[in-house]
Order: sequence, then C-alpha cells, then structure tokens
Amino acid sequence: MLKRKTGKIALGFAAAFSASAALATVAQARDLTVVSWGGAYQDAQKKVYFEPFKKAAGAPMNDESWDGGVGVLRAKVQGGAATWDVVQVESDELAVGCEEGLFEKMDYSRIGGEAAYMPPSVNPCGVGAIVYDFVLGYDKDRLKDAPTGWADFFDTRKIPGKRALRQGPKTTLEIALMADGVAPKDVYKVLATDEGVERAFKKLDTIKSDIVWWKAGAQPPQLLASGEVAMTSVYNGRIDTANKNEKKNFGMVWDGALFTLDSWVILKGSPNKDAAYKFLDFAGKAENQSKLSENIAYGTSNKDAAARLQPAILKDLPTAPDNIKNAVEINVAFWLENIDRLTERFNKWAAK
Amino acid sequence: MTAAFLTGADTRTEVPLKRRLKQAERARQIKALALVLPLLLFLLFTFAGPIAGMLWRSVDDREVRQALPQTVVALASWDGKDLPDEKAYAALASDILAARTSGTIAIAAKRLNYALNGFRTILTSTARNLKAMPEPGTAKEALGKINLAWRERTTWTTIKDASGPMTGFYLLAALDLTRNVDGAIVAAPPDQAIYRNVFARTFIISLSVTALCLILGFPVAYLLATLPPGRSNLLMIFVLLPFWTSLLVRTCAWIVLLQSKGVVNDSLHWLGIIDEPLRLIYNRFGVCVAMTHVLLPFMILPLYSSMKAISPAYMRAAASLGAPPVTAFLRIYLPQTLPGIGAGSLLVFILALGYYITPALVGGAADQMISYFIALYTTETANWGLASALGAVLLLATLLLALVYGKLVHGQQVTGGMKN
Repeated sequence: MLKRKTGKIALGFAAAFSASAALATVAQARDLTVVSWGGAYQDAQKKVYFEPFKKAAGAPMNDESWDGGVGVLRAKVQGGAATWDVVQVESDELAVGCEEGLFEKMDYSRIGGEAAYMPPSVNPCGVGAIVYDFVLGYDKDRLKDAPTGWADFFDTRKIPGKRALRQGPKTTLEIALMADGVAPKDVYKVLATDEGVERAFKKLDTIKSDIVWWKAGAQPPQLLASGEVAMTSVYNGRIDTANKNEKKNFGMVWDGALFTLDSWVILKGSPNKDAAYKFLDFAGKAENQSKLSENIAYGTSNKDAAARLQPAILKDLPTAPDNIKNAVEINVAFWLENIDRLTERFNKWAAK
Repeated sequence: MTAAFLTGADTRTEVPLKRRLKQAERARQIKALALVLPLLLFLLFTFAGPIAGMLWRSVDDREVRQALPQTVVALASWDGKDLPDEKAYAALASDILAARTSGTIAIAAKRLNYALNGFRTILTSTARNLKAMPEPGTAKEALGKINLAWRERTTWTTIKDASGPMTGFYLLAALDLTRNVDGAIVAAPPDQAIYRNVFARTFIISLSVTALCLILGFPVAYLLATLPPGRSNLLMIFVLLPFWTSLLVRTCAWIVLLQSKGVVNDSLHWLGIIDEPLRLIYNRFGVCVAMTHVLLPFMILPLYSSMKAISPAYMRAAASLGAPPVTAFLRIYLPQTLPGIGAGSLLVFILALGYYITPALVGGAADQMISYFIALYTTETANWGLASALGAVLLLATLLLALVYGKLVHGQQVTGGMKN
C-alpha cells in the first residue's frame, strides 16, 4: 500500500525493544488519534474523513502515520504506552493482532451493522477500509507493445529490459505461478504443495538476473520513471497518483492482479472507544467512502459506495467488476502459516 | 593556623592521617559518582535495560506453557520414544477446549509453527473441530480422527521441545541448527539454512568497506595533516559536509548516479566507452560504493588526528640518516599512525555491521545484511525470538572483535606517537 518502509523501520525497531523498558505512560485523557499510511493516501483521508468528521462531531482528533508491522502494534499495546486509538492495518496485521488480542472486538451495531459492508471486509477485530491491488505496471511511453499479463512479464525476448518485484516471497511466488500458466483461482492450491513452490522458483530462475527488488511502495513508480525497469509489480494507487500528479503515462494490467484489504482496528485498551466508534461510523458511510475513491484510486468497503461513483472513476478502481474478474485475493491464512519458511527459502534462492 | 598547628595534636583526639586521607578520597568518589549518576541511570534505562530485555527474548519460551499447561505437565514424563499415552491426549483436549475461549491457542500455534511448518493449521483445525471433551479413554482416538498429525511422533516432540520456560531453539536457528526428533542438535534443512551465509555476507561487506575506506582515506588524511592550516581547513569542510548530510539523501544520490540511465552510465555512453549500460547498482558493487562514501569520514577523522601529532622532524631525521623514502615511511611514519588506523577501522567496521538502509536501497536480494532480517522479524512477522537471537549473535561477534582489537593494541602506544 502506501508504505515507505525504509528509515522508519529503524525507529519501529528501536521502539519495539525500548517499549519493554520504557516508562509506561498512564493512559490519560487525550484526543482521539487515528493512524494511517501517510503520503497521498492520508492527504485524501484528511480531506474526506478527518476534517469533515472534526466538523461534524465537534470533537478534536489527531492523525498520525506509520509504516506497518504487527511488531510495532504489539510493542505499543504490551508496552502500555499506546498513544494510538484507531489504526489502519493490512490483512496479515489484522489476523495476527486479532489472535494476539491487540485489538478491541469490533461492535458492528455501532458502525451501521454488518450488512452495510461487503462480506470480505467484515472481521471480528476490524472493519474494512480500502481494497487495493498489486498490478503489473509499465510506462506506455517506453514500451511499443503493451504487456497483457504476467506471462509477458517473464518474457524478456518479447519485451526486453529489467523487471522489478517486491522483495520477499509474498506476491512474488503467486506472480511466478500465474506467469507459468496457473489460473488465478488455483494459485494457492498449487502454492500449498512442495512441487508448486519448486515450480514458482524455477520460473523465477528464468529472469533472475533481470530482476530488481523493491522494498517500499514509492520505489516502483521511480524505477519506471527513470527507465531502470520495463515493467514492475506496483500498488495500483501509486500508478494512478503518478499519472494524475506527475503527468506520467503509466499503464496497468488488471488481469491476474493480487488484491487485498486494509482494515480499521481499535487498539486494545483505548481510552477513546466512544470517539473511535463515532469516527468509524462516519468513515463507513457510503457517501463519505465514495468521496475517497474520487480522490484516490482505491475501492472501499461499504456495499453502496461504488454505486455513487461516476463510471469514469469506477473503471480505474480495484472493485470495478471488470478489474476484479480475474484478480486473486492474497491469502492471509496461507502466508501466516508459511511466511517464515518461504522467506528463508526465498533468501536461500536469492543468495545462489 | 600555626597556633592550632602547634597545639592541635594535644587538644584533639588523634585521627590517623591514613583514615583522613581515605575519608577525603571517599568524599571525592561520591562526588564523582553523583556527577555521572544521571547519565549512568539514563544509560541503564535506555540502553542496558533494552539490550538485556532483547537478549532475554532470544531464550524466553513461555507461549506453549501458558496455552497448554496440562499437556506440558503430561509430556514432562514422556520419554519421546513412542506416541504419548492416553493421559497426554486427554490433557491436550482439555487444554485446547480451555484455550479456545481465552484466545491463547493462536499464540501457541504461532510458536509451534516456527518449529514445524503447518502446526498452525493442525492446532487451529483441531480447536475448530473438537466439539466437546472426549469420553474418558477415547481422547487418543478422537484427536487422531480430527487430525492425522496427532498420530505422528514429531507433532508431540515439537510440543515437548517448546515446553519452555527457556529454549535454545531461536539461538540454534540463528546458527542454522535445529534439534531432530531425538533431541540431537543437527544442521537445519538446506532450504532454511541461510543465517550463517547472511552473517558471512555481513562480515565480508563490512570488511570490504573498511578496506576501501582505509585505502581512500589514508592519503586524504595525510594531505589534511600536512597542508598549511588555511587550505587544510577548506579540505576539512569537504570531508565534513557529507558527514553532516542525511544518510538517506546520500544513498538516494548514489541511485541517481549509478542507475542504468544514470549520470555515470550516460557519461560513459556519451564518451563511447560503453555500448550497453553497466550494472552498477542493485548489486554488491553499489552497496560497497555507497557504504564507503557514507563511512569515509569515520576513517579520515581518527587518521587525521593521529597524523597531526607526528612531528615532521622524524621523517627529516630518517632521511638525514640515509633512509630511502619508502623505508622511512614504513619504519617511521606508518607505525605512528597505527592507533589512528586501528581506531578508524574498528569504528567503520562496527558501524558497517549494523547497516540497514543503504543495502536495502542500493543492494540486490543477495546483498541484504543481517539487520534487514532482524528488522523483518521484528516488525513484519513479529517473530521476536528469532530477531533477538540474530541480534544476540551479532552483538557477541562484535564484542569478540572489539576484544581482539583491544588485545592487539594493548601495550601499543596509543598517544599518537608521542613517546613519553
């Protein structure tokens, strides 16, 4: 998503270990604090959620940004110094944090009821905020023939040049399998077998020397803009922002895209639970969510939000029927079980 | 004063001089301690405490014990030869039923999954499908029906190994070792054995960067130390300016310079030296270049200060006694710069060991250093045990190096060559 996963990780790292020794600050009366991913996305949220909510509720609130990582939330909650109330988390952070008891149980009766939201965004510990995709991104100005899917991504004869993928096994192995002809709906079935993992790495071997690995969401658009790579995996919102704000001419391939959800959670022991629910209720309303999609190209969780959008805006959203048709949802359960093992395996492969 | 001096010995009880000296000494010590106490407390709280906490996490192993207490007790007497008896199965069933409501089952599942991939599913599916406590005597059968894994010895040895309260599991994993089903320490399976390689990579990169800094920094420091003050100050500003610039800015500047359509490649192409762009970035070369640039001032400054103290008269004396320039340099000048070389190299090497951002931005997948993995396990996957174990191994290796350095320079002159 909109993470800038460098630099701040060092801070998170320091925080994680100093929290154990930090002098726990007593939870005192403070304003509601909402935490999101920063960048263009948080600017859009400020415009359509934070500022209007302040006006509507007549209550003060702060917003901060973070770079993700369930370890950071664990340190916050266990250190007893949680200065955050509502946090936007990725799906794996939601699952692990929920298991570890880092979040309050979500009371849907206070945010418009479960029926108001799309089924995948309803979770006992959180409520969906946005839907976004990893898509194949390329620069229309540099490529004569547009790629049509992940198979082209691995075909260096058809489209010469380097490629960029996110460092680590997550998303990389799924992309390799789809390039090797696995249908999007079968990706995790195949990946769950040892042969499937072998197959993915074999496919990656074919372009190993042509891959540049990116670590932060801001990198892929830069790699495309500088001409360092011909194609890259990239968050769809980043492509959209580069086209709108920097007058780039980047293209996206929705076929075989990997989509996932981000959710709002309330940190365990938050002293501002009432205000937090009021905020989530506000940010869950269809009329407010549709305004977010108008500002940044992400789908939202309320069932009625998409219907309020202009067709021109809807066609670039992950939730548009045509775009979600051949997309795969990133399988949280699979990655929770296998992330450590496959990370080791990936790095073994990379070092060869 | 003199009167008191003359009569004092008779009028006051005699306090021995030794004791008075001791009292004065102690008062001085207490005063000194009081002066450093704030800093000492600060360091204890913000530095020593967290480090001790981190080291503790690498052996702490209480998740399974908290979630499955009866099972841990039942397995304590199990020899691990065959499957455990009915008692252990019943204990597990009752633990799972109890833990399901409290939510601790997932935390135990996560811990067991580190040791045996797939354990998360075994435990969560069992918790989902176990409706009620099995009839006495049928627990073994019931659990085996829900999940075949309960009929495997490894499933149970994994639980027994993770019974805590302390474990060597993470530290072994950080060294690519593991315990097999019989409890013997063996090499980890090849596709999981990566950390020795990563530690070796970390040390090799740090050593190369230290060597490069020394080769590039020595002449610069010599020039700084021998030029007249006006010009050497100007040069010093050139050394210090990058030193004061943000690390991130300098790293990104290297990306702009070295990328395939970057300044360096474009210039070479324009000059007709190359047809195809050279790969200067997202590989080991880029990491070494960027890290050397960032760390160079840490080498130059100690070298400069040791060279500044060397009198030019020594070299003149050597020359007048008939030593050729090379001999004079090797026998007279170089030995006096050794403290500077030692201090600079140690500083650069230890700083390089912990580098994270520079390799992350300009390195390839095979150039990530150990700190990348520590950060990954700390924030991304929240496997704090392994993160701490990797940190502990790095800390230990660094301390050993510092000790070796201490032994090497011990007895050497560390006064910048001034013989006293």
